Amino acid sequence: MSRTHRIRVIGSTSLALSLLLATGCGTSGPGGGDAMQVWALEDAAVNEIVEQRIEAFNGTQDVPTELVTFVNDAYKQRLQVALGSPNAPDVFFNWGGGNLAQYTQQDQVFDLTQALEDNPEFRDAFLPSVLDVAAIDGSYYGVPLLGVQPVVMYYNKPVLEAAGLEPPETFDDLYEAIDVLQEEGVTPIVLPGAQGWTQLMWFSYLVDRIGGPDVFQAVVDGEEGSWEDPAVLEALEMCQDLVDRGAFGNNFTSIDYDNGSASALLANGDSAMFLMGSWDISRQMEDSPEFVENDELGFTAFPVVEGGAGEPNAIVGNPSNYFSINSDSEHTETAVDFLVETLASDEYVSDLIDVGQVPPIEGIEEQLQESDHAEFATFTHGLVSDAPTFTQSWDQALDPAVAEAMLTNLQLVFIGDITPEEFGQAMEQTR
Amino acid sequence: MRTSATERPGFVWVAPALLFFGLFGLAPVLIVGYLSFTSWRGLGDPEWVGLANWAALPGDGQVRGGLVITMTLTALCWVTQTPLALAFGVWSAGPQRVRAVVSAVFFLPLLLSTAAIALVWKALLDPNFGIPAQVSEWLGLSHSNVLGHSSLALYAIVFIVLWQFLPFHMLLYQAAARQVPRSLYEAAELDGASGVQRFLRITVPQLRHTIIASSVLMLVGSMTYFETVLLLTAGGPGNATRILPLHMYNQGFVAFEMGYASAIAVLLVILGTGLSLLVVRATGYSRMTSQREGM
Repeated sequence: MSRTHRIRVIGSTSLALSLLLATGCGTSGPGGGDAMQVWALEDAAVNEIVEQRIEAFNGTQDVPTELVTFVNDAYKQRLQVALGSPNAPDVFFNWGGGNLAQYTQQDQVFDLTQALEDNPEFRDAFLPSVLDVAAIDGSYYGVPLLGVQPVVMYYNKPVLEAAGLEPPETFDDLYEAIDVLQEEGVTPIVLPGAQGWTQLMWFSYLVDRIGGPDVFQAVVDGEEGSWEDPAVLEALEMCQDLVDRGAFGNNFTSIDYDNGSASALLANGDSAMFLMGSWDISRQMEDSPEFVENDELGFTAFPVVEGGAGEPNAIVGNPSNYFSINSDSEHTETAVDFLVETLASDEYVSDLIDVGQVPPIEGIEEQLQESDHAEFATFTHGLVSDAPTFTQSWDQALDPAVAEAMLTNLQLVFIGDITPEEFGQAMEQTR
Repeated sequence: MRTSATERPGFVWVAPALLFFGLFGLAPVLIVGYLSFTSWRGLGDPEWVGLANWAALPGDGQVRGGLVITMTLTALCWVTQTPLALAFGVWSAGPQRVRAVVSAVFFLPLLLSTAAIALVWKALLDPNFGIPAQVSEWLGLSHSNVLGHSSLALYAIVFIVLWQFLPFHMLLYQAAARQVPRSLYEAAELDGASGVQRFLRITVPQLRHTIIASSVLMLVGSMTYFETVLLLTAGGPGNATRILPLHMYNQGFVAFEMGYASAIAVLLVILGTGLSLLVVRATGYSRMTSQREGM
């Protein structure tokens, strides 16, 4: 869950390194003075849209703006080292939450609260639940630049139909489906468990359904005992129970998301359901176009846990990615102008919709209905608009060191090496 | 002819090499040594914390676990690679044409980058679309999980490392075996020694230095099999293949605890150096006496 589009960059260790070298030398950030640098992740479709807006913006400015892009794996490391150095960007792409908080704690991020107040129609254009992810201690430090990416339950329509099942609305439905599907010789749910963040999706949704969003808020705030909250333990028990029931088959620990095998297993009918971020639709359209075109790919919200305290339509995922401004930049005014003029503009929003994104902007339902992937886009937009809370992926919201420990311990829970209580104890020690 | 001290090349000649070594060998180690006494997240300036990182090392279960897995991996790699490389190397040293052809095929993995090898094997070992899926179907096995299996994953890594590095060590043995004087074998043959006896009594003792050199390379090298593990299993399932270098990487570049990662790095440097010193000392390699005829 640690990226927007999990573009296939596996094996790019060497590529990343060479790119790092190529882009790393001789760039001039703040202090260089001649150009305003905007750093973002490599994403062919979105990069082009941003480039177009930069070109339009450059026509009106004295200071030229340029876009510098990086592959995902190298980006966080590169940014971490560059901020505070003379090679830092003026505007940088980030994930909001804990990822952004690291930089605000070092006073590296320009406070945008005043700028948002000066431009109320810009501020009000965004869905509040998404904009708030970039608010730290009551101040705004970032503006959403990409579409929303909630985690949804995908399913293979013909497989469920053949087993005489409806998409599960509650966990009782899900348990029944797990039993029936196994009898049919189908793996009920594909879980790319080689990567901890896919297990995190199950865990974080279950915590939210069982205990509501306050449980996670306590974890983020670093409250003592929050990792041993009854809702956390129950969610972990349910995860282990799902594994024991055979929900994920017997080889989930070596299934990988990045190489596309998990998405392929759903498309070819070996698995019936797949809990994944909304970005997976692009992968299905690319890798298994017939599966999508024949209307065999279904999608629904995460099932409800009976008796749980959480709202049934609360969601988990990546609210968006954000552009923030380096507080050391010489061009903060230009940068603010760029963000305000660009990110909610009609051209930018409609370009994003054209490439399959669902921007976190109010009142775009009609535009979405006319887009190529109308059904999924309106489903996603509806899901986000109706959600009382949008919990950010825990690994992005938490401090990187805590997130790393959490993902490792979560994997240990899923393979049964440690108990939920041991998970709680281990995580309590990380603060 | 002996070269007297005054005729030795001057300092200027070593300067480039020394400079290079100092800049890219010594300086990073010293800086990492300094960082291991600081807390640094990559942002701002490192903050001096004294021995805090070092004090945390013994209490970190993943350091202890990682150490055990690293040692297990090192031992398994040595045990599998040494006999095979010795046997194949000596075999390929023979003059027959077919041996040359087979060896050439065998040397192919040497040409591939480690990252490419790891990715190819990862695809081959995929539980649903790879070899295990087919094989388990034929044999009726209950699962096809290799890289996600707590013990199989480590063996898979040992096998892939073997496949990758065997040719290199074969090459060492091949070259060394060709330098063993023919006269020794001829004398042994006259005395009625069998092929096995000739191998054990002449070839192996004559290759002693090569065995030690190749072992040092294997032992120290296996402390750095980082990229193979990162790309194949990323330390999983759970912690089953989380070797110490990977833990260092995770602490440094995922968790951004540069100070703590530096402490692990220094620990690895100490372990690697200690291990190679131990092997060299224990085997008498440091005395470097030649056993070769006429040398």
